[in-house]
Amino acid sequence: MSDLLAARSTMALSLAFHIIFAAIGIAMPWLMAIAEYLWLRRGDRLYLSLARRWARGTAIFFAVGAVSGTVLSFELGLLWPTFMRYAGGIIGMPFSLEGFAFFTEAIFLGIYLYGWERVPPRMHLLAGILVGLSGVFSGLFVIMANSWMNTPTGFRLENGQPVDINPIAAMFNPAWPHEALHMTIAAFLATGFGVAGLHALMLLRRPTDRFHRAALGIALSVGVIAALIMPISGDYAGRQVYRLQPAKLAAMEGEFETQRCAPLRIGGIPIPSEGTTRFALEIPCGLSLLAAHNPNAEVKGLNAFPPSDRPNPIIPHLAFQIMVGIGVFLFLLGLWATWSYVRRRALPASRWFLRLLIIAAPLGFLGIETGWFVTEVGRQPWIIYGVMRTKDAVTPMTGLTVPFALFTLLYFLLAIVVAVVFWRQVVQRPDIPPLPGQTPAVATEGD
Amino acid sequence: MVLGLPDIIAAIALIALIAYALLGGADFGGGVWDLLASGPRAQAQRETIAHAIGPIWEANHVWLILVVVILFTAFPPAFAAIMTALSIPLHVLLVGIVLRGVSFVLRAYAADDDRTQRRWGRVFAVSSTIAPVLLGIVIGTISTSAIRLENGIVVSGFFSWLQPFAFAVGFFALAQFAFLAAVYLTLDTTDPALREDFRRRALGAAVAVGIMAATVLLLAGAAAPTIRNGLLHRWWSLPLHVLTGAMAIGAIVALWQRWYPLARILAAGQIALILLGWGLAMYPYLIAGQLTIQQAAAPAITLRLLLIGLAAGAVILLPSLAYLFRTFKGGLLFGPLQTSESTDEHH
Repeated sequence: MSDLLAARSTMALSLAFHIIFAAIGIAMPWLMAIAEYLWLRRGDRLYLSLARRWARGTAIFFAVGAVSGTVLSFELGLLWPTFMRYAGGIIGMPFSLEGFAFFTEAIFLGIYLYGWERVPPRMHLLAGILVGLSGVFSGLFVIMANSWMNTPTGFRLENGQPVDINPIAAMFNPAWPHEALHMTIAAFLATGFGVAGLHALMLLRRPTDRFHRAALGIALSVGVIAALIMPISGDYAGRQVYRLQPAKLAAMEGEFETQRCAPLRIGGIPIPSEGTTRFALEIPCGLSLLAAHNPNAEVKGLNAFPPSDRPNPIIPHLAFQIMVGIGVFLFLLGLWATWSYVRRRALPASRWFLRLLIIAAPLGFLGIETGWFVTEVGRQPWIIYGVMRTKDAVTPMTGLTVPFALFTLLYFLLAIVVAVVFWRQVVQRPDIPPLPGQTPAVATEGD
Repeated sequence: MVLGLPDIIAAIALIALIAYALLGGADFGGGVWDLLASGPRAQAQRETIAHAIGPIWEANHVWLILVVVILFTAFPPAFAAIMTALSIPLHVLLVGIVLRGVSFVLRAYAADDDRTQRRWGRVFAVSSTIAPVLLGIVIGTISTSAIRLENGIVVSGFFSWLQPFAFAVGFFALAQFAFLAAVYLTLDTTDPALREDFRRRALGAAVAVGIMAATVLLLAGAAAPTIRNGLLHRWWSLPLHVLTGAMAIGAIVALWQRWYPLARILAAGQIALILLGWGLAMYPYLIAGQLTIQQAAAPAITLRLLLIGLAAGAVILLPSLAYLFRTFKGGLLFGPLQTSESTDEHH
């Protein structure tokens, strides 16, 4: 394994690991805050138990997200010092703001987790909401830095060096709105369906359990709203990529030849050596219609770019197909739930609905991972699109397979351990201890 | 000496580093005492530590992130050089930070399973003990002339940290964090016997701090002339040393006399002064003898915006932090207000 490949793999691994916890960290506080709001509003202790149980899960995922995020902030320099030397002054701004968002997140999570009896109920709920808000802002700032790598603005090149730096223009680069929107909705989508799936699993065993019914209701509401608005953000993102990063769009779609009335390929495998995408179901003019809202629009193919500037389309195309497939599946599931709720004021009674929810539980996260593959692999061979190549940004350090092996092992073990502890201590745990001086939580809680 | 914008940002980074040492450092020290918990009250000691750290350790950790982002936003070449030259100890540090953070929360939630809890407690304690040494090694190495740059590129290889001075600073940091944690912990319990346990530990750690301080100063002569000259020959040298020494001795006296709130203030004060002295001695360098604050500074507009961002952030951060500490620590200095700690995280 070359050092460049090792560096890229280490970065990819660290991000792939972190992004799961980051997404949960964005959405989960809102779920627990909603549950706590319902407890304060309705006085049903069931919602208090629910908020406390979800808070335990949030604490575990937040802790892992915090340390894996710390690793990333160092790895930017450990693996890509040339990139950071060049870009630090241009995009450090959103990272610094992210630092503060992370601060408030950590502070109010501490208050939320340990302050059930120490702070007044309304303040406690407010702490939960502040954790959620800071989580959303944290994500937003990090995405601003990433979107700058895709559509770098806010500087001018002079003899290969950035001059006339404008960090504000860099922050508000053209790709930030669609990336931020898409990712934030995805966090709620994946977390909502993920949590709903866990409670569906419990309901399959004990269909009348009030606790899990209530939990499913809240989590699924969040997930379904996200699923139903996702196509709007997906359409917007697609059109922006068409406009801003045509090489990435060509890779995503497995499009080699530049053409008008470009077909939309569903499935298929791009074969770069032959310059074709095989085994795809082609919908005539579909791509032109989607990317430009005009069936006759010209869509650039990979061949329009010099070979050294082309991303390899295999991963972006396959990942994109998976992401869109998942999005469609969750959208349909969301429609079913909405339709049933509108007609009967209840979720579908069918056991198949619960089974599908269980299947859907990990899919949202898979969608996040594949979507992120599309963005990052589709940006290659650039680390800063059109400005700096990934291979020129890597550290001169050698033997990078060692840290790669180390972090692979570490994250692999952590993933297992976190999953086991989460399962035993949050999902299966029969009772979350009630607050001292209060009566035990409702008897229907747990399993 | 006229202070420019880069100097102001560097000063803020130093303040953040001091905050990290005083808050996050004590959390590391807590891990050391978890590892060394002994005697009839070993379990109670561990519980006190977990209890004291629980609500605040995530927030304390963020100071480190703040130092890192200020460094790479305001001084990108320094960040790139440090991350390259110190790649190996920083990687080890990261593994330590990951294991520590994860094991702490896993231990807290494995409350009904003693064996699992002990296992995670051990991971937490060991990684908390290793991490400060590595932090010290990083600080120590950038203070020596071991890192060499040519046109901003590191030419001294990846092993410049393999030197006695850097390790001495590493163990000095460990001793200081352990001392600080033990002093803080005297106020995190109301049980007189536990309080005595931590008082004895603090006094023991004070001896280690003294020995390591002497070692660092002794080795600094040859390894870190910049620091040594800075510490000895500037106008502020004498008053700073006198004040630092007075605080360190005062902390020990206060411990001896069981004036715990005073001990807490003085122990924190002497660490803050040591880091302040280090920063002043390093000035104007970020990497001793190689890269100055001025040379490494990002363009003025970046620094101006960063300063505005830091000020705006502080407006949100400081009241939030004050609220956090008032809620759980009775305002930092005067220990737990109630004895009936009652959260579901520890029972």
